[in-house]
Amino acid sequence: MRLKRPSIPYIIWMVVFTMIPIVLILFSAFTDRNGNFTTASFVKAFGYFDVFLKSLWIAFISTLICLILAYPIGYIMSRQKKSVQNTLTMVIMIPMWMNFLLRIYAWVTLLQNGGPIDTMLSFLGIHTTLLGNQGAVILGMVYEYLPFMVLPLYSVMAKIDNGLIEAAEDLGSGRLTVMRKIVFPLSVPGIVSGVTMVFVPSASTFLVAQYLGGVDDIMIGDVIDRIFWSDNNTGSAIALVLMAAILIFLIILNFFGDEEAIA
Amino acid sequence: MKRILSILVACALLAGTAAVMSSCSGGSKGEINVYNWGDYVADGSEKNNGDYYKDTIAEFEEETGITVNYTTYETNEELYNLLSSSNTAYDVIIPSDYMVEKLKDEGLLQKLDMKKIPNAKDIMDDLKNPVYDKKGEYSVPYSWNVTGLVYNKEKVNYKPDSWTALWDKKLKGQILQFNNNRDAYAIAMQLCGINPEKFTKKDVDKATVKLKEQKPLLKKYVMDQVFAEMEKDQSAIAPYYAGDVYMMTTNNDKLVGVLPKEGSNLFVDAMCIPKNAENVDGAHKFINFMTRADISAANSEYITYASPVKSAKKLLPKELSSSELVYPPESYLKKCYTFRNVDDDTYAYMQEQFIKLMS
Repeated sequence: MRLKRPSIPYIIWMVVFTMIPIVLILFSAFTDRNGNFTTASFVKAFGYFDVFLKSLWIAFISTLICLILAYPIGYIMSRQKKSVQNTLTMVIMIPMWMNFLLRIYAWVTLLQNGGPIDTMLSFLGIHTTLLGNQGAVILGMVYEYLPFMVLPLYSVMAKIDNGLIEAAEDLGSGRLTVMRKIVFPLSVPGIVSGVTMVFVPSASTFLVAQYLGGVDDIMIGDVIDRIFWSDNNTGSAIALVLMAAILIFLIILNFFGDEEAIA
Repeated sequence: MKRILSILVACALLAGTAAVMSSCSGGSKGEINVYNWGDYVADGSEKNNGDYYKDTIAEFEEETGITVNYTTYETNEELYNLLSSSNTAYDVIIPSDYMVEKLKDEGLLQKLDMKKIPNAKDIMDDLKNPVYDKKGEYSVPYSWNVTGLVYNKEKVNYKPDSWTALWDKKLKGQILQFNNNRDAYAIAMQLCGINPEKFTKKDVDKATVKLKEQKPLLKKYVMDQVFAEMEKDQSAIAPYYAGDVYMMTTNNDKLVGVLPKEGSNLFVDAMCIPKNAENVDGAHKFINFMTRADISAANSEYITYASPVKSAKKLLPKELSSSELVYPPESYLKKCYTFRNVDDDTYAYMQEQFIKLMS
């Protein structure tokens, strides 16, 4: 690999803010409070295995919902006139101008008892608690990360040549066949990067569950946050396990991505 | 052309931000770095009645010419981690009681020069030699208060006067609990007959059982979310800091505050100077200024916790100084306890059990 001079600032950035912190986490995960080597932190880390699985599960469901919602949006956007495309991109970006915590607060107000959504539902005769359960947490995550799914899908789909679609239609393909044989295969890179950009942050997110969830809804990100109050070593160990899990996920995803792209 | 223009505009915006940021630092007569709890100083904002609170930091800057770099934290542990594992130099920090003791024991604080803090003579006698700093050499109290209960009288049809109300099965799904290990465990320990000042792993286990009993009855573990939950009639009862309970009762007439009959946690947040402070002289000036009666009263009015300065009480609005929630009576304080430093192992164990409880 030949290094080009313009990449030097980035390499310095990466070493200082990515490589060194990872080495520090590694060191802290394999030592105890006094700096002696131990694997006890990992034993403790596995005490939170159920939280771990639950977080991955919530992240998985959120990613799936995001994909199902974002795919048609991305496609419809990509088939519009250029000016309409820009407006729609803008509309999707606007909520991201606001701080993420404020948006979660807004959901708390929307969903609480006597809040607008609850009031509307009770007019229809539906009385239920909307806040403080796993559904609310997933809703919050989907809302939070949907733009990260829409934008990569849209930008990949916008590059699909209309000529290809027209050619397929001229040769007698129905809409479904066009979708299946042309649009889907060409949009796979978008799916891969969208899934990555939603799954990774939602698996490690914190605070969302604390605000929208109930007594049981704590995610691995919250655990890491809490454990660092009193025990940096176990905190590092959990963070490391989470990183490993996400890395494995990414490797599998890339493997799928490449194969689809070749076929 | 359009693209180049937009890049230029973006650069100009960034440069503008940088210029504003850099013009903020750099005072003429030196500067001090103050690290305090979030939203814990009178900041000149507007009161409910249209008046304005004092801006105590700005007054200090004006009076001394020292620039204050003011940053905030959310938990004692956050403060501890920053102080023990980075070399950021803070000149004044305001940890709580048990954290003062921990920092002092680990040699992270320096002795104060009381000659430079003449206003400290006016500190309440009970707080001059507190348990966490027996000789009063390392800290000067900034504010104090106790924990209490807040309930909604439309949702609770009796007058709760004990922590046991938080375990009341009739209020299932409407009870809140502290989302903070030490405060939640203290309540459970009191009910188990354990003194929460100091405890062992065994005590933690007993209290964990008590908290597990409570969990199915709870709506949520909360910290500042308690304000929205209680003020918007979402929950029936919650434990919180009594001064904040006072605030909630002024914002919603249905809310009532009580001091539980078992007694509760008397907490003190105190000003200290870390060992590696750079402007020690400025730090003393700051502590002395914050201990002046009118300034301490202004801060106390803003945060609605009691002021440790004797003559500040007279300067407070009547409704504050006469409230049992802001200034708990002497007789009640006899029943209260103050947190002490617990060894790292036991503390980590309690945190671990608390997280497991929530998962």
